[in-house]
Amino acid sequence: MLKWLFFALIVRPTVLLIFGVHVRGREHLSTDKPCIIVANHNSHLDTLVLMSLFPLRKIHRIRPVAAADYFMKNRLIAWFSTHFIGIIPLSRKVERSHSHPLEPLRQALEAGDSIILFPEGSRGEAEQMSKFKSGVAHLAKMTPTVPVIPIYLGGAGKVLPKGEALLVPFIIDVHILEAMMIAKEDIQAFTERLEEVIKKAGERDV
Amino acid sequence: MDGASTLCAGVKIMIETITTLFSGKSGIVLLIILGILAFATLIVSVVFRTKTSQELKDRVYSWWIIIGAFILGAMLNTTVAMFFFALISYLALKEYFTLIPTRRTDRRIIFYAYLSIVFQYWFAGAQWYGMFIIWIPVYLFLLLPFRQVLIGETQGFLENTSRVQWGLMMFVFGLSHLAYMMTLPAVAGHDVGGKELVLYLVVLTELNDVLQYLWGKTLGRHKIVPKVSPNKTVEGFVGAFITLSALAVAFSFLTPFTTLQALAAGMLISGAGFVGDVVISMVKRDIGVKDSGHLLPGHGGILDRVDSLTYTAPLFFHFTYYLYY
Repeated sequence: MLKWLFFALIVRPTVLLIFGVHVRGREHLSTDKPCIIVANHNSHLDTLVLMSLFPLRKIHRIRPVAAADYFMKNRLIAWFSTHFIGIIPLSRKVERSHSHPLEPLRQALEAGDSIILFPEGSRGEAEQMSKFKSGVAHLAKMTPTVPVIPIYLGGAGKVLPKGEALLVPFIIDVHILEAMMIAKEDIQAFTERLEEVIKKAGERDV
Repeated sequence: MDGASTLCAGVKIMIETITTLFSGKSGIVLLIILGILAFATLIVSVVFRTKTSQELKDRVYSWWIIIGAFILGAMLNTTVAMFFFALISYLALKEYFTLIPTRRTDRRIIFYAYLSIVFQYWFAGAQWYGMFIIWIPVYLFLLLPFRQVLIGETQGFLENTSRVQWGLMMFVFGLSHLAYMMTLPAVAGHDVGGKELVLYLVVLTELNDVLQYLWGKTLGRHKIVPKVSPNKTVEGFVGAFITLSALAVAFSFLTPFTTLQALAAGMLISGAGFVGDVVISMVKRDIGVKDSGHLLPGHGGILDRVDSLTYTAPLFFHFTYYLYY
């Protein structure tokens, strides 16, 4: 409920009216089946922009995956991240534990949720892409029937770059690309293919 | 009982609003415009349905949105019009800032640029002419470089500050003349004031664009500025210039102008509209895009629609202001 109100009253009006989003390839995004959304990452806004692509009644079904060390840092941020955004916390460090680190993601997909992942692992420098990590490919191997939807985001890093608190409006570019399935290829090949597709969409943009 | 009477009052207010909107001199013009648009829609979607390109259809359909927004935004009342024109400035400026190359260190002055819109339209609404006319050309012009000094990035200082200031002049200062014109009172001895003048200017400016397109399509042979805008032709420009001058006289019942003044206004709007159009084309060529944005299907972005107004609004405003205020 809190999440619904937050998106209906604050996030969607800000993202869609004040900044403005230019979406291409909306037909590639199915909103009624679970999917793995994968995008390049430059700004905290990325998550909010991607979630605004979905209709409000689906918003509780969209779960962004976020770094536990940042979004669970203290109780206030943790409370906000879980109740207003609905993140699935993921540890960025390799830990020894009894369950697979991606298990909560698989469970969410199984339960019918869609998840948002940023394979760069960090926002990095504004409007620059760093190397993709292989988590998406591992997850795709675990859930081979769930489509991976690559999305290129441009401009969010100008609106709110890492380390800035002042929002400056620019129109944000969202380029939704064709869904990808992991075939017989290995983890490395799929990760490279994914990175290539998103990078290409970004270059075509400029 | 209570709900029913509120509803009744609401309906009554709505009917009254609509009748005031479409009565009087400006009402007649609005009805003519809507009539022409209905006719154009009929032609592209019924008579020549299969022959018309999708782009032209989108263009005609988008005109409904543009004209609808203009009538509701600018013609209902002066206060609403201030917010409406401020919003247009904001959208145009945002599209411009999205197009131009910007760096992280420019974000602050861009933020100030957005903020200046609020003041500019407040001065317009308050009819504070002195501040309205110097706020951007003087105060913002002096403030932005100072803010850049505080940030301390010397590389690209001139380019970036000029780019931001230029955008402010075009899309905030230039367009806000529409808002100030809106507040002008009726001229003694005439029953037409700011609202009618704004309608006159906007209708003629947009008709000029359409006429250039139509004349160019039918007779266009010689390119007028081939490097900047390959679709513009000498025939299109001359055809629109003559037709628009005639239309300016025909619509002069919206203004206090004599026939000669109306003729001059028509020539001014046609010439300036053309220049504004190709100046924005120049920006797009410089950056390397075809359309400035994607807000209006068939038209491109909002810059593609207000480009001519950035020139006609201040020039026509000062023409009228000099003659009558």
